[in-house]
Amino acid sequence: MPVDSSLVGREFPAPAPLTITSDRVAAFAAAVGHPGADVPPTFPIVLAFDAMQAFLDAERIDLHRIVHGEQRFAYVRPLAVGDELSATLTVTGLRQIGGADIIATASELTDATGAVVCTGKATLVHSSAEADQ
Amino acid sequence: MTAQLAAGDVLGPTTFTVTRADLVAYADASGDHNPIHQDEDVARSVGLPGVIAHGMYTLALVGRAVAEWTGGAEVVDLGAKFTSPVVVPAEGGAEVVVGGTVKSVADGLATLSLEVTCGGQKVLGMPKAVVRA
Repeated sequence: MPVDSSLVGREFPAPAPLTITSDRVAAFAAAVGHPGADVPPTFPIVLAFDAMQAFLDAERIDLHRIVHGEQRFAYVRPLAVGDELSATLTVTGLRQIGGADIIATASELTDATGAVVCTGKATLVHSSAEADQ
Repeated sequence: MTAQLAAGDVLGPTTFTVTRADLVAYADASGDHNPIHQDEDVARSVGLPGVIAHGMYTLALVGRAVAEWTGGAEVVDLGAKFTSPVVVPAEGGAEVVVGGTVKSVADGLATLSLEVTCGGQKVLGMPKAVVRA
């Protein structure tokens, strides 16, 4: 079933904040081979993914029918160990191409003071079951 | 940290080998357990050619290459379209090649022009990184 077009404009917060710990950063850096002790630039996806999963759960969309089409991050400041981040995903656009839903989203990550530390833009490509051969 | 970068500087190319084990480790570190990155049958069931790398894993390799080239310069923008999947075989791995040039340096920011390929084919569309220079 195509995704409901009334979704555009709706917001989906990540269920819980994420505190950046040195262990978490080390595990992520090890998994991608990132050098040094800085927080890798793609680390915010950990929390952005939680917000996306909240959206998928709310709309009963299966994760395995989603392919990541695009992701861009803009950083207001470097992320640091000790930051407590919250994330909210907003559906910004929806179109259909060849039986797939192209879902445009924007996400905003804020720290414990409420200041925006990072923004993201993503497209999610959803292939619905009816489109399968 | 700032990097000594000048327009026209050639960065890399740097080659990374991506294995199924890397994708398992990345799934654990990032929380993205989409089975299209683990399970051949699920991947094929949604029309993919096989198990594919997380787009964010490929983008993390770009972040890693940029960190290695610039000595850990602060990243201000990072993003790409995931235009072609990185198919990761069950045995061995897929080779992802990340190369770049410094497109411009202005106002303390260096914009990098990047090319990311696998098997000679571009896998990222409009990849972009901006770092403090």
